[in-house]
Amino acid sequence: MTSREKILAAVKQNQPEPMELPDIAFLKGDPEGVIEKYSTTLTNVGGKVYRVAGYEEIAKIVKEIYKPEDRILTLVPELAGITNEAFQPSLTAHHWENVELAVIRGHFGVAENGAVWVTEELMGHRALPFITQYLAIVIKAEDIVPTMHEAYIRTADKTSYGYGVFIAGPSKTADIEQSLVIGAHGPRGMTVFILD
Amino acid sequence: MNTGEKEHAELADVFNKDEARVDWHDETLWWIRAKRDRSVHQLPEWEDLRETASKIKFNVLSNLSGYLEQFEAQAKANGVTVHWAADAKEHNEIVHRLISEQGVTQMVKSKSMLTEECHLNEYLAEHGIEVIDSDLGERIVQLAKEPPSHIVLPCIHKKKEEIGDLFHKYLGTPSNMSDPQFLTETARQHLRETFLTRKVALTGVNFAVAETGEFVVCTNEGNADMGAHLANIHIACMGIEKLIPQRKHLGVFLRLLTRSATGQPITTYSSHFKKPREGQQMHIVLVDNGRSVQLGREDFRNSLKCIRCGACMNTCPVYRRSGGHSYHNAVAGPIGSILAPNLDMRQYADLPFASTLCGSCSNVCPVKIDIHDQLYKWRQVLVKEGYAPTVKKIGMQVMTTTLNSPGIYRTAGKLGRIVMRLAPFAVNNGLNPWYKHRDMPTPPKESFGEWYKKNRK
Amino acid sequence: MRVGLFIPCYVDQFYPNAAIATLQLLEKLGCEVVYPQNQTCCGQPMANSGFEHLTHGCNELFIKNFDGFDYIVAPSGSCVLHVREHLHDEHDEAKAVDIRHKVYELTTFLTDILKVESLPARFPHKVGMHQSCHGQRGLKLSSMSELVAPAFSKPGSLLAMVKDIELIELNRVDECCGFGGTFCVAEEAVSSKMGKDRVADHLQHGAEYITGVDMSCLMHMEGILKRQGSNVKVMHIAEILNGVEN
Repeated sequence: MTSREKILAAVKQNQPEPMELPDIAFLKGDPEGVIEKYSTTLTNVGGKVYRVAGYEEIAKIVKEIYKPEDRILTLVPELAGITNEAFQPSLTAHHWENVELAVIRGHFGVAENGAVWVTEELMGHRALPFITQYLAIVIKAEDIVPTMHEAYIRTADKTSYGYGVFIAGPSKTADIEQSLVIGAHGPRGMTVFILD
Repeated sequence: MNTGEKEHAELADVFNKDEARVDWHDETLWWIRAKRDRSVHQLPEWEDLRETASKIKFNVLSNLSGYLEQFEAQAKANGVTVHWAADAKEHNEIVHRLISEQGVTQMVKSKSMLTEECHLNEYLAEHGIEVIDSDLGERIVQLAKEPPSHIVLPCIHKKKEEIGDLFHKYLGTPSNMSDPQFLTETARQHLRETFLTRKVALTGVNFAVAETGEFVVCTNEGNADMGAHLANIHIACMGIEKLIPQRKHLGVFLRLLTRSATGQPITTYSSHFKKPREGQQMHIVLVDNGRSVQLGREDFRNSLKCIRCGACMNTCPVYRRSGGHSYHNAVAGPIGSILAPNLDMRQYADLPFASTLCGSCSNVCPVKIDIHDQLYKWRQVLVKEGYAPTVKKIGMQVMTTTLNSPGIYRTAGKLGRIVMRLAPFAVNNGLNPWYKHRDMPTPPKESFGEWYKKNRK
Repeated sequence: MRVGLFIPCYVDQFYPNAAIATLQLLEKLGCEVVYPQNQTCCGQPMANSGFEHLTHGCNELFIKNFDGFDYIVAPSGSCVLHVREHLHDEHDEAKAVDIRHKVYELTTFLTDILKVESLPARFPHKVGMHQSCHGQRGLKLSSMSELVAPAFSKPGSLLAMVKDIELIELNRVDECCGFGGTFCVAEEAVSSKMGKDRVADHLQHGAEYITGVDMSCLMHMEGILKRQGSNVKVMHIAEILNGVEN
């Protein structure tokens, strides 16, 4: 008998009588004021939010903050002007080690926790949102859902991704005496541009 | 740390030698409990969420074999290799084989309590594989050559000065440097090098979805992702109880997990791994290691609902004042005390007694595990199975005889009161554990029973 | 209404005043109270130590003593919880179930059955209320800090009827005192530390008295207070509600 067969047999023998799944449709959030709520929540967890009218405004903000010599990559075609370097797909992520800023698009934001849902086709490479020193994500103002329940309803028919992630703020840790430190292994900052 | 054969009470006694440190440990964890309270009170539907999560998990347990098969089929269809490990040994062997096949001797690992339970690091070290833990807290305890003392906050027992000393010794930071910001930055640089050079990455699994074959890993640091996305091969190890039926159920669990754990609305990263990236191998190791046995114990199977948030530890007044290492088990605190005896009743017979049964653990549990009731039930099982110390058995027998007979009880009570009233030294001596830090009550002249006889007919 | 008075063994032996106050209070409120004199203990000390199988004798005795009352009332949340959850009768389980449903902790009995709305008591002191775990979380005598639920307190609502009493706030409203039955000796270090911390919270907020529904927790804290040479006293809630001032 293989371990697989052994485990499955033991589980089958010991599991209790079938119990139905509860209905979770009653769990839903309040769509009122989600943009404000989103902004507050993300700010509380260390992120930064800009509400912008268009891509030019994003480009302007990026140029104000980052120096010309900073290595910037973007997967957003409308923002191609913020960098001299076009994103080159690659199987190894290691040469992105010194990227200062990566700007990508997100599918939508979640008001209750400040997260943005991103799947790998928006990242260029799975490692990019993590290896970059700073991360910026562009979402549309109409793309903010109240809670995680709406988030999973929204992604129900988009299960073709190989990798997807909710990102809520910069990388952080409080492992040393519970002192919050921003910038653990991933980005030291996370900015979300909410596009009207 | 080798705690040897010492029991919880003994290890807790040692921990309590430094009272200021106990106060610090207690306050730190209580602060996290308070953050949890603030966070959950913002959700009016909190108790409904807990109830729903508990029911979903019961559905999982009642159809675990079906969900395991469904998950395996989906994962395979996604291009993931699925392995089955009956116990810790087989788990370790599988991981070792996968590393060896890559022809490397190093691996980076993000947090996985399962690998702690299986003592994977020790096993791999014996076989010449160097493991670097990438979660900052885990890296710190790894440098200190200690196990984690908490499942979410591995080095919650360490002071920053001690961490500074470790970093000075192993990572070359200046001596007496204990600023958390500085130390974290040092770890970031040190581990970046590791992430960039390791070909094999291992992560734990927070949730695995039967419907789609994907698994979710939650971190604040981004270390699981840094490891997995930069390595050629990603090994994810999970206990078989980590399954949930459908994607939409993730909404319920992700809302509960971090609010319960640290009071955050969600972890910074909730990563959904479904398919290996191009050119990468992805492996899932499904581990039983006693879980199927626990599933068959009706009184204790609900412990398998645990989502490892650590809330029961933060709220436990005993955990806060005895430290995680006093539980001499990979998972400490109340939940560890109901999981451990399933693995080894003799070795962990003391743990269900390391509680006042105050019930706070059950109240904070996001999946409503009846933790304190299970502690009570484990006590009955352990005594019946013969794991009670002889002295206790004799004491209990004497107590039973006394209490079964009103006559003996009255005489014994009177004698006891006379002894305590006339000769406090006979009772208040060093051999009486009560008296070490507490005085005995002043005995009254008469019992209520005696008063009643005189004052009521 | 015939009430059987259930007095926990350690209250009988060490804290008769709490028992007398309970009796007088119930009588004052119009109950016919009887104290069955052959009672000893509910068996909780054995059960919580893992020896529930040794509690048959205690169960039998309990049923013999308390059969036939309309209600059974005890000045203890812990003992009542034990009886409610673990009283069995091999020969007549229906009788055990009946008794389990009739046994009440004193303050619940006052608020839920007698529906007391006023008391003639006066207690002009600063008092800290200790929430004993078995009463609070076990019998749900008051809202619990862990849960998202409306606030309430049965003992608190009764204390609010006492004239001139000043209830103090605590930093940790419902932390365990660390008594825990045999835990207090088996885990002496943690138990006494918990007791010290609980007492410190009351002292820090200026308590003159610490009260509660369970004498066992109060006995534990009294042991700590006395060792520290403190003048702060413990007093069972029945004594305050009965208006007796020592």
